[in-house]
Amino acid sequence: MAKSRPNISIDTPYLIKQIQPKLDNESRRLFGKRILSLGALSMLSGCTLTDEHSVEKMLISVSHWNDKVQAFLFDPNKLAPTYPESMITTPFPFNAYYGQDEIRDIDGDQYVLQLGGHIQHKKPWRLAELALLPQTTQVTRHICVEGWSAIGKWGGVRFSDFLQRIGADTSAKYVGFKCADNYYTSIDMPTALHRQTLLTLTFADRTLPREYGYPMKLRMPTKLGFKNPKHITEIYVTNDYPGGYWEDQGYHWFGGA
Amino acid sequence: MPAIALHPLTIRICHWLNAIAVFLMVTSGWRIYNASPIFNFTFPKAMTIGGWLGGGILWHFAAMWLFGINALIYIGVNLYSGRLRHKFFPIRPQQLWADINDALHLKLQHTDLSHYNAVQKCAYLSVMVAIAIAIGSGLVIWNSSQFPLLRELMGGFDNARIVHFFAMVFMVGFVLIHLVMVALVPVTLKSMGFSRPRLFKSVSLKSKSLEV
Repeated sequence: MAKSRPNISIDTPYLIKQIQPKLDNESRRLFGKRILSLGALSMLSGCTLTDEHSVEKMLISVSHWNDKVQAFLFDPNKLAPTYPESMITTPFPFNAYYGQDEIRDIDGDQYVLQLGGHIQHKKPWRLAELALLPQTTQVTRHICVEGWSAIGKWGGVRFSDFLQRIGADTSAKYVGFKCADNYYTSIDMPTALHRQTLLTLTFADRTLPREYGYPMKLRMPTKLGFKNPKHITEIYVTNDYPGGYWEDQGYHWFGGA
Repeated sequence: MPAIALHPLTIRICHWLNAIAVFLMVTSGWRIYNASPIFNFTFPKAMTIGGWLGGGILWHFAAMWLFGINALIYIGVNLYSGRLRHKFFPIRPQQLWADINDALHLKLQHTDLSHYNAVQKCAYLSVMVAIAIAIGSGLVIWNSSQFPLLRELMGGFDNARIVHFFAMVFMVGFVLIHLVMVALVPVTLKSMGFSRPRLFKSVSLKSKSLEV
């Protein structure tokens, strides 16, 4: 016996209108999540796929194609521009998917970096051990997906050196990151091996401040800001597409800058 | 007597595809601009598409293919057929000056659709240049580390955003004037359309070689 479907339709434009006043500036980023949950809601309620959904699907498949184009364009030998220290932006902007009052406090002495996936030596790393590895610094431009940019000085371990040291399978497709603030993202292997990709421990020659990702972030001047995870607690190498916090909501995964 | 199309079919198709592409690029671009305004204003949300920054970016980076490929086809067809040279050149400064004067005094005649006056030539050529600049600066904003030469040409990443913005302003300004002119001389809309007959008897066709 066929069950009759509940006749529920969601007036998305109306709901958005209701939400909109709450969305300006700081909560702008929440908007994406709500759009997504609205979409998920209408799926759950058994509505047939609307035109809006097929348009969205089409846009997302074009976005995946664009990821391939960016990966194809990516030249491992091309360096992002570097700047004199006089051009460093002060104060350097704080940016996250949450407000400044929610920045995680992490105890550096208790901190452990976990390793997983296609990695030979999965022994966890302590902060002091990371600090003993050869360090390098760079003054580069951080470009946000929103359009603003700021120049900063980051220091740390060249990520390609680190990957080599831990015996990562560099023929794998992705490197994924899990963070103490529940953020997660992933990058392509060529970018992971790029010379300017740094496991960052310092900012402006000082210990990495909490607002910029203490105790450790990944810094890539060849990628947009949201691709640069902060407070990293786990690094894993995989061939299965790991996605990311913003990427799963619609930001383009490759996120080249 | 065979019907003469004022604009070749390829050009008409390109024109309308470009109209769609420009609409999508501009409205999604405004949504992206709003996320981090360069100047002290934002665009009204109702005039943007995408709903949020991520949606605006999805639209912008999808429509860019239509916009860019269509522009390449348009310029390719125009160059190959010699239409660019015939339709838009030469522009004589004296003629341009006289036509600007006439235009400002609302005396510039549009009766002969088969050839462009000097103001039109300038307007169409400069909007082509604006589109090229929009694409060039857009590539720098999209993926600046991979286009070092273009980035330097645009004066760096931040400056590329400003260049991109003013290329948009020029295009939107062009579209507004273009629409006013079409409203004033409605037969030009028909000449860009696909309905038959495409022959304009009321229009004196001076040149028989207007097909190219």
